[in-house]
Amino acid sequence: MEKTIIKTTEIEEIINADVRHTDAMCTNESALQHPWWYNFKYMVVGIVFGIVFVKAEIISWFRIQEMFHLTSFHMYGVIGTAVIVGLISVQLIKRLNIKSIYGEKITIDNKEFSKGQIYGGLIFGLGWAITGACPGPLFAQIGNGFGVISITLLSAIAGTWVYGKLREKLPH
Amino acid sequence: MLEFLQQPWHWSVAGVMIGLTVPTLLILGNKKFGISSSLRHVCAACMPANIPFFKYDWKKEAWNLFFVAGIFLGGFFAHLFLQNPEAIQISESTQQILASYGISDFSSLMPAEIFTWDNLFTLKGFIFFVLGGFLVGFGTRYAGGCTSGHSIMGLSNLQVPSLIATISFMVGGFISANVLLPLIFKFL
Repeated sequence: MEKTIIKTTEIEEIINADVRHTDAMCTNESALQHPWWYNFKYMVVGIVFGIVFVKAEIISWFRIQEMFHLTSFHMYGVIGTAVIVGLISVQLIKRLNIKSIYGEKITIDNKEFSKGQIYGGLIFGLGWAITGACPGPLFAQIGNGFGVISITLLSAIAGTWVYGKLREKLPH
Repeated sequence: MLEFLQQPWHWSVAGVMIGLTVPTLLILGNKKFGISSSLRHVCAACMPANIPFFKYDWKKEAWNLFFVAGIFLGGFFAHLFLQNPEAIQISESTQQILASYGISDFSSLMPAEIFTWDNLFTLKGFIFFVLGGFLVGFGTRYAGGCTSGHSIMGLSNLQVPSLIATISFMVGGFISANVLLPLIFKFL
């Protein structure tokens, strides 16, 4: 009988991959290894994204209050349009089998239901209306001169850490 | 040109550009659009504390940290070059609601009555910065994503769990803005 020998590092890699995908939407599915500075292109995308956040006033606490009081269409317009454009793009990528610029096949995993999406979603919603920001706008607000939001960001990191700590005791 | 860009941008322009971020990241390197995971990578990089949830190769997701650093810089550049000199335009009915909270300064994107360093060590600061931030960080990770990951990336990929998460975000937000915030402002 032939034995398959798996190195400990390989096992670690498999475990790592799993944990990385736990409770996460945005993961790196590329199998390619690149030097770290290749990541600067994502910074450029982030810069454009951050400018849009500020200029369309998505980072504004006022706009979030309007959204949750149904007194303005603005935020619904932004999110609705973004979903439609994203949806068409993803469908085109899938149907036309579009590859990444490195010739790699683009893969998008399906997500499984967990009760966390409801409980966590409600908790995030409560915080969203108080801070007037989801995680993305936090970064743009700090850059835009609202330095005190760095405290909100630190607290959000602490919240993420406490979730990781308590994860096994929470219903999923 | 610069003056044109300094005005607030229409929601459709922003929507299209945010939507296009999804295919841009996929095509640049098979990366899924999302932001809240960056908070987790910071935990994994700086204080994993032997917690299994933070024991993974965060360097594989370093791209996400570059992305959010870009968002910070984008906010900074907009502040330097594209600042709108006018006050934010908010509907009359919103202004009335906010007036009942004691908020009447619309000169910038955030109300000066709340988001200043002076408020940091007050009850107001504790609620709006510390508690609010904690709920955002804890909730998004528990939900497995935020508005970007679930509401835009997930819905773009027609994921039912993302729809459930998005509905939960909205329900939480409506409760918070219509029930919790009026109470908070009453006691502050």
